Formats: sequence, C-alpha cells, structure tokens
Amino acid sequence: MNNFFIILFHTYLTKLKTKSFIITTIITGLIIVGVTNIPRIIEFFDKEGEVEKIAVIDNSAQLLDPLQAQLKGINQEIELTAFTDSFEEAEKQVEAGDYTGVLELSMTKEQLPSASYKSMSMADSVVVTDLQAALQQVKTVMASAQLNLTQDQLNQLYEPVPFERSALEENAKTEEELNQARGLVYVMLFIIYFAVIMYASMIATEVATEKSSRVMEILISSVSPIKQMFAKILGVGLLSLTQLAVFLIAGYFSIQQNLESMQGGFFDFFGFTNIPASTIIYGVIFFILGYFLYATLAAFLGSLVSRIEDVQQMITPMTLLVVAGFMIAMFGLGQPEVGFITATSFIPFFTPMIMFLRVGMLNIPFWEVGLSIGLLVATIILLAVFGARVYKGGVLMYGKSNSFKDIKTALQLTKKK
Amino acid sequence: MSLVLENVTKQFGQFTAVDHLSLSIPEREIFGFLGANGAGKTTTFRMILGLLDPTEGTITLDGKRVDYSTSPIIGYLPEERGLYPKLKVKDQIVYLARLRGMQKQDALRELTYWLDRFKVPDYLDKKVEELSKGNQQKIQFLAAVIHKPKLLILDEPFSGLDPVNVELLKQAVMDLKDAGTTIVFSSHRMEHVEEMCEHLCIMQKGRPIVHGSLKEIKRSFGKKNLVIHADFDMSFLGSFRGVTKARQTPEGIQLQITGEEIAEAILKDIVGRGFIRKFVLEEPSLNDIFIEKAGASYE
Repeated sequence: MNNFFIILFHTYLTKLKTKSFIITTIITGLIIVGVTNIPRIIEFFDKEGEVEKIAVIDNSAQLLDPLQAQLKGINQEIELTAFTDSFEEAEKQVEAGDYTGVLELSMTKEQLPSASYKSMSMADSVVVTDLQAALQQVKTVMASAQLNLTQDQLNQLYEPVPFERSALEENAKTEEELNQARGLVYVMLFIIYFAVIMYASMIATEVATEKSSRVMEILISSVSPIKQMFAKILGVGLLSLTQLAVFLIAGYFSIQQNLESMQGGFFDFFGFTNIPASTIIYGVIFFILGYFLYATLAAFLGSLVSRIEDVQQMITPMTLLVVAGFMIAMFGLGQPEVGFITATSFIPFFTPMIMFLRVGMLNIPFWEVGLSIGLLVATIILLAVFGARVYKGGVLMYGKSNSFKDIKTALQLTKKK
Repeated sequence: MSLVLENVTKQFGQFTAVDHLSLSIPEREIFGFLGANGAGKTTTFRMILGLLDPTEGTITLDGKRVDYSTSPIIGYLPEERGLYPKLKVKDQIVYLARLRGMQKQDALRELTYWLDRFKVPDYLDKKVEELSKGNQQKIQFLAAVIHKPKLLILDEPFSGLDPVNVELLKQAVMDLKDAGTTIVFSSHRMEHVEEMCEHLCIMQKGRPIVHGSLKEIKRSFGKKNLVIHADFDMSFLGSFRGVTKARQTPEGIQLQITGEEIAEAILKDIVGRGFIRKFVLEEPSLNDIFIEKAGASYE
C-alpha cells in the first residue's frame, strides 16, 4: 500500500481506538439522544400526575366557579379547593406542604375580581402565570357583561388584525421559512465551530506529539513531510466524519422515534421537519472546506513547537479567528442582510461560517457563493503550499520555539540556497 | 551499496554547517563518522537521508541520488530517540516497517526474530513507555534494521546501554555488516569506533580534519605512547627531547613521543637508574587523536 494511505489509516485507526475518542463520542451521542427526547422525558416525569393543589379563599363567593371553568382550558393540573378557614390557617397548611399555595379572591369597588397569592417560593412561575391568565379571562367576561356587550361585539374586539407580510424579491424566504432556516443554521454553525476547534487542535497536538517524542525524524526519513502532513489531515478528517456520522445517525433515529410527539413543538421551530436539501449540501461543503483551512493552519503551527505544552499557546491566534467568525455569525443570525455580514462572508477565514449563514437564510446569487468558495479554496491551496514548506523545516527544529519568528527559520531550513 | 558524498555544503543563512565535504563509503563496511558536538554530523546524516537538501554538491547511493524512492533501503537510528510512547511495540514497529515498504506479515516475523535475539520476546505487546531506557533503545535499533536496509545510519547507537547490551547490539551491527550492509556509524566512544570501523573521518566545524583508514590515520599521526612503570623519579622525562606530553601515573609515567627513536633514547637514559617493571611502546589510541585534532577547536 502507498505510504500516504498507510499513514492515513494509521492515524485514523489509532485515534479511533483511543479511550478519549470513544468516550467523547458515546457521551455526545447520549446527549443528542437526550435532547431529541426532551418532550418524552418531561412527559415521563409528569406522568405521576403531580397535581398542584391550591387553597382558595373566595371572599366574594362568586369567583371560584368561573375561575375553575376558565382554568380547565389552560392547565388541568392545577386543582382549586375552596378553603373555608381563615387565611392564617391556610398559610399554615401551605407551610405544612398540604397545598402549593393559597389564593385569596375578592371583588373591587367596580365589581371586578382581584387576587393575592402566597406560596413557599416564587420559583414556580407556571402556576402563577396560569392562575393570572385564567383570572384575567374571568375579569374580561365580567367587565364586558357590565358594559352590556354582546358576544359578537366581544369577538370583534378580540379578533386579531389581518396582517400579511410578503417579500417582493422572488424566491425570498417567507417569515416561517426564515425562522426554520435560522434554527437549522444555528445548529450547523455550532457543529462547524466545534468541529473546527476540536479537530484542528487535535491535529496540532498530534504533530507536536510526534515531534516531541522524536518519532518524527524516523517518519520523515521514510515519507516526505508534505505527504505525511496531508495524510494526517485527511486521517483526522475521516475521524471527524466518522464521529459526525455517529451523531447524525443517533439524532436521526431518535427524532424518527419521537416524530409524533414533537409535531409543532420545539423541533418545528428549529426547522428540522422539512430541511431544504441545498442548506444541507452547503453545510457539508463549508464544513469540509472550513476543516481543511483550519487543519492545514493547525498542522503547520503544530510543527513549530517542540513541546506539547506549547501547542495551545501556538494555536491560540487561530482559535481566536474561529471564535471571531462564530461571534459575527451569531450576530448575523438576527440581521443577515447588513453590509458587515456581506463583507465578512468573503474573508476566507470567516467564509465557512458566515457565507453558510447567508446561503442558509437569504437567497443570494450563485456567483457570490461561488466567489467565496473560490477564494476559500485558493486560500487553502496557498496555505497548504506555504504550510508544507514551514512544516518540512519546522519538524526538524528543536529547542525553545514558540514564536512566529520560527516560521522564517523553518522556511530557511527548506531552502536550497 | 556504496555511498558517495561529493563536495557537499550546507548553509543555514550565514552559518555553514557542512563545508565542502567529500566522502566515499565502500560497501560492506562500517564507516566511523566522528566529531565534537556541533561539528555537522547530524546535518550530514539528514542530508544523506534526504531530509535536508545540500546547498551545493551531490550525495549518491550506487550512483543514484537519494530521495524518498530509496527510503526502503535505508535504515536510520537517530541520536535523539523517538518512538510513540503510547503505542505497543508490535504496532509501531509494524507501522514504521510498512512505511519502509515491508509487508505486515514479514514485519511481524522479523520483529519476533529480533525480539528473541535481544532476549526480550515478551515486549511484543508492551507499550514503549513501560520499557526501561535501555530496552527502548533496543526497540529503536530494531526499528532501524527490521526492513534489512542496504545503508544503515547509526547515530550514537550504544549510548545509555549497559555493557551486556552493548555487546548484544555490537554483534548485531557486525552481523549486518557481514550480510552486506553499508553502515555509517557515529559515536563518542572511541574504543567502539576503533573496534568496529576500518575507515573513519573526524569532523570539525563542518570540515573533515582527519579522513582515511584507521591504520593509516594512526601511522600518520606520527606520535606514539610510551608507558613506563618504575620505582625511581621520572619527572625529568617531561622535558626530554621528542616528548610532547607527560602524565604521572601511580605506577610510573605515560609519555607521548614523536617516534620510535625517542623511545630508544629514553630507554638508554633510564637503564641503570633503577628497576624497570614495564616499558611499552604503544600505537596512539583514537581517543588521543580525537582529542588532539578535534580538541583544537576549543582552544
């Protein structure tokens, strides 16, 4: 077998078998299954039928029944019980844990309801919000009755304004589509961000390990450093795809399993129900290109240090670049059309995230995407050629080396004259 | 495989690491490549291996330029030892052997043979970091020779080994030589060089200052050692004509003289002064030659 593939598969298989890789993959996989099962998990814990019991002291003697009727439509898990004893006694029972809280209802001078609620803590906002909402409806009914409004008049009052939004641009995304795209782009940006940081630093560490353990000298006496560098980048790339595949498969099956329970919920919002194929394709393209860009950068930075301890310091500028790109992309999620986002989407180091954001959320002409991809590919090639030369000299340099001056020294080593 | 270096120069910016070095290393021989620290040995090795390109000159192996296509016939034991600490001996030797063009099965068979020969057959499944330094060295040596290279470069192969293991490795090197391998050998232990090499070269500041066969080098050095053990005071011999160095020993004196006739004159002079227990004229040791030639750079 060709040396290139020997190194590629050696890198891939050795990394695949490490404990840390297996553990990270399993834990992340479990988290994915967990997240996609959130509705089920919540349901599971709620099955026990934890009914919130509320003691109600109705001073007006006419509010409890309508409130109960309204509450049924909002939250069935709140049980209202008429409490006939004094307020103090009710408070005591709340403290004893018999009731979640005590609600005191009374009529104002205008013959409208008012209430005060006491519970052990303010943490459970759901109960309070639901009680308040139900009481608001009771008040609306009572107030409209006082004004002698008919049901028709009432409906008229509460009918929402017909408000239609549409974009003039052809193929422009509808508001609904945009919301879905935002969710999807958000998730994919995170994947690109984490993958780039994680695998790029894995490559830099790998190179520094081979250098510091001095096995590098034997390796590059058998295989050219450039071949070795790209085999390593591809090997780790294969590893990243394997890991992603595990995550995607886990996520896909988990979502399939729960499809009925999450209609219209959380996942609809994140746009997982009908993913446009083009977004996925662009996602994969930008993921791969982003990986190559940063992996090449990491490999040549890694070749400049002689001790593993210095790796993090060396790749910090690169990490900051990724973080900056991610931050800009996060800002761009809200305003994808501003000039700043458009401009940064053409800077190769930001393109994988920001151009992807723009393709995902807007309808931009193909030439713009094509141009940015072209620029990105050109940068990768430039970086690979330059990086390979630095790498070739860098792996032979030992001693105190963690400054960018070493790039010059490394280049000098590879020069003929 | 004969290795020829012609007029090889390597410059790093203003600094000249190797300066017009020409060497011819015949087949089936162990060539001693010596020099003080920083004399350009490692740079020369790296150029022979193709890791660095010479600024000027050519390096050829049987008339062919050295590049990555010749890597399967070259073996290299670097001075700075390097193996993957977390990998099992089996995994990394097979990996390195495959990179030198070996098949997995052949590599495993050779590995078992060498581990048995080095009396450590149970290391096959051990991680390198679990082994002692000396034993790591054996594994390192093994990585350099497993693919039966035609040209073997050994940079300080015996450092850090106990005498038993030195013998074990030395025998292995001699056997490889007899099997037809050309070996370039660098060491700071002159007695090893004297014992193993027929030809050698001493480097200083990138230039060979001594070059030739061991016998010739010793002969042309022009100085001999004279050891005298006697009971009377011999300190006056230090200023004797033709004596270049004198060193008192507990049993007598050790002199460096410029020729046999000086020994004769000394013998005539001291006969009758007292009882002489020992009077030996010796060839200079390589150690003496090295110190005199390469040591000059420190002065």
